[in-house]
Amino acid sequence: MAEQAHAPVESLALREQFNTPEQQKESSAFGMWIFLVTEVMFFGGLFLAYTIYRNTYPVVFGMASTSLNAVIGALNTAVLLCSSFTMVLGVRAAQLGRRRALVIFLILTLLLGMVFLGVKAYEWNQKFVEHHIPGAHFHFEGAAEQGPAQLFFSLYFVMTGLHALHMVVGAGILSWLLYHAVRGRFTAEYMTPVDIAGLYWHFVDIIWIFLFPLLYLIDRHMR
Amino acid sequence: MNTAAIETQENYLNAGYGLKSWLLTKDHKRIAILYLITITIFFFIGGIFASLIRIELLTPQGNLVSSETYNKLFTMHGIAMIFFFLIPSIPATLGNFFLPMMIGARDLAFPRINLLSWYLLVIGGAFAIFAMLAGGVDTGWTFYTPYSTTYSNSWVIATALGIFVSGFSSILTGLNFIVTVHRMRAPGMTWFRLPLFVWANYATAVIQVLGTPVVAVTLVLVFCERVFHIGIFDPNLGGDPVLFQHMFWFYSHPAVYIMVLPAMGVISEIISVFSRKPIFGYHVVAFSSMAIAVIGFLVWGHHLFVSTQSVYAGLVFSFLSYFVAIPSAVKVFNWTATLYKGSISFATPMLYAFGFIGLFTIGGLTGLFVASLGFDVHVTDTYFVVAHFHYIMVGGTIMAFLGGLHYWWPKITGRMYPENWAKLSAAIIFVGFNLTFFPQFILGYMGMPRRYHNYPDEFQVLHVLSTAGASILAIGYLFPMVYFMWSLRYGAVAGANPWGATGLEWTMQSPPPVHNFDEIPVVTHEVYDYSTVVKEGVEVG
Repeated sequence: MAEQAHAPVESLALREQFNTPEQQKESSAFGMWIFLVTEVMFFGGLFLAYTIYRNTYPVVFGMASTSLNAVIGALNTAVLLCSSFTMVLGVRAAQLGRRRALVIFLILTLLLGMVFLGVKAYEWNQKFVEHHIPGAHFHFEGAAEQGPAQLFFSLYFVMTGLHALHMVVGAGILSWLLYHAVRGRFTAEYMTPVDIAGLYWHFVDIIWIFLFPLLYLIDRHMR
Repeated sequence: MNTAAIETQENYLNAGYGLKSWLLTKDHKRIAILYLITITIFFFIGGIFASLIRIELLTPQGNLVSSETYNKLFTMHGIAMIFFFLIPSIPATLGNFFLPMMIGARDLAFPRINLLSWYLLVIGGAFAIFAMLAGGVDTGWTFYTPYSTTYSNSWVIATALGIFVSGFSSILTGLNFIVTVHRMRAPGMTWFRLPLFVWANYATAVIQVLGTPVVAVTLVLVFCERVFHIGIFDPNLGGDPVLFQHMFWFYSHPAVYIMVLPAMGVISEIISVFSRKPIFGYHVVAFSSMAIAVIGFLVWGHHLFVSTQSVYAGLVFSFLSYFVAIPSAVKVFNWTATLYKGSISFATPMLYAFGFIGLFTIGGLTGLFVASLGFDVHVTDTYFVVAHFHYIMVGGTIMAFLGGLHYWWPKITGRMYPENWAKLSAAIIFVGFNLTFFPQFILGYMGMPRRYHNYPDEFQVLHVLSTAGASILAIGYLFPMVYFMWSLRYGAVAGANPWGATGLEWTMQSPPPVHNFDEIPVVTHEVYDYSTVVKEGVEVG
């Protein structure tokens, strides 16, 4: 896009298939919403499997769940909620055309996302130490049936793993935004990428809001 | 217009010549051509496997290939044809090319994502071809667990990865279409002025967006189970292999509608143009596409009538499967009613449309047979089912795909195909198809199971008929390849609107200019209003 480098901001932002900036903006946001629908269906398959097996093996799932550290999980949930908050502030800053604030909030969001992933890595490592990784060496103390306990941890790793993968992609998107925000590419008139990246980030957050109680908090009331 | 004019006129084909101008294009028309080439390659790959299957079945002894090889042949035939030909076939080629033009847009909403989705198909296809060359995969295209996750010694992971990646191609195409239809319509192009082809592709896109992610995550679980032994579908750990079947068919039954809905859209266009009448009951036909898309998500359980599913669930799924036949039948009746007192011309696309209606009706009615619980127990996993879905997929989708390709060929290339050759090959395909698959209904009813490479002697006559039909069908498919190529250079110059069709795509030159419209048109006419059309170009009859 070399020929566009010195063009005014509006024409830089408006791609040729669109007639007006509004049409472009609406289309991009709408596209992201539809993408999020596909994500709901994607995670929906996992939630389906979870629902079925938890109903089939309620006792074992409850026991396996208590082996997860709910305090760390809750702290991590708080970290992720804070990152959503800083993301909202970032989007707001972009709407107001405040570049410095946008850059700061993007950095904060990125950092909080990294903290979340770091904590997640620590938790996975704990599971590794405790032989809770599905496979030949799997062993769960106290469960009469090792199979269903392993199913719980299979679901745990697949669900949190795919969630973490989405976080990594989100971190990549945030870095891309940051690169362009620093260069002043986003203005109050053109900030669609910030807007739709915000939608994605909140979505990943919401997935975790469901994962946390479903995986960590089964049978907590019994303790 | 003469040959010189077509070559000097600026259009999307002569806008750039290098390989780079194609591989990095963002023009929906060029991307459609890329798709067309890709899926044609996969059609012939799948066709080669089909030929080997039919040759093997010529004799009862099963003496051409071993049973292991035969398992791989029908698996790879299904995978190539379904995931890499039929799913992208009409939406990604004809839909990609014409949907923006039909609604008066310069391109799809997200041209770069459109190009990305083609690359995803190619990457996914490369995985699949690698798996085929490395030794193949033998699970059946359905990947049933626990065979696929635990026991199969073939290239399941590479194939599943290929399908996973190409699934995102399908998702992104659907996403692009939905946003484009919602946000990119020209002024005056209201929802009920949309050509039915657009409605059909819109309904298809809804299925692609809602269904494909589910099969994607299912394949992720199969992948994890093979690699990390997680056991979601492993009965040894208390997992349920039937859960896989539910999740797989939640996508793969609607996938049948991904294949056939755009085909129905093509037929609606062709029937209207070649009987020179607006489609009878336009609104009902438009809504029936949406109804099929919605109800199609509620019928997957009819693939599990004999897989431990409860009888009550079976009853509900059986009822819903009957129910989805209603909007499909509405379309057939409305096409027929459109023909009534129409000024019908028997051009090649119309022959394909007639073929479609007949074959789709047989495929659809036999679908009702297998949707009934009692009869299905008798014919489950027999050739009756094979014949049924080939009538829908080959008799339906491929007939419509070829019909659509002939219909829009003058617009895509600016050239006419040779009409007599085209009519001849349409007839050959129709005869060859029926000879191939009709005997399979009888075979299945008599009890010949699918996926076996040997069989009792009394089935041989019908298998020989089927193989003979397949040979005729193969020749029929080669004809268009040859004369389409020939027409690129020697075909008569088509002109802007050789059929006297309505629709914005026929208001522009053939081949269309790069950005479709110099000025975005304002639509003032109702859809299929033939009183306003100027027929321009060669006379065809």
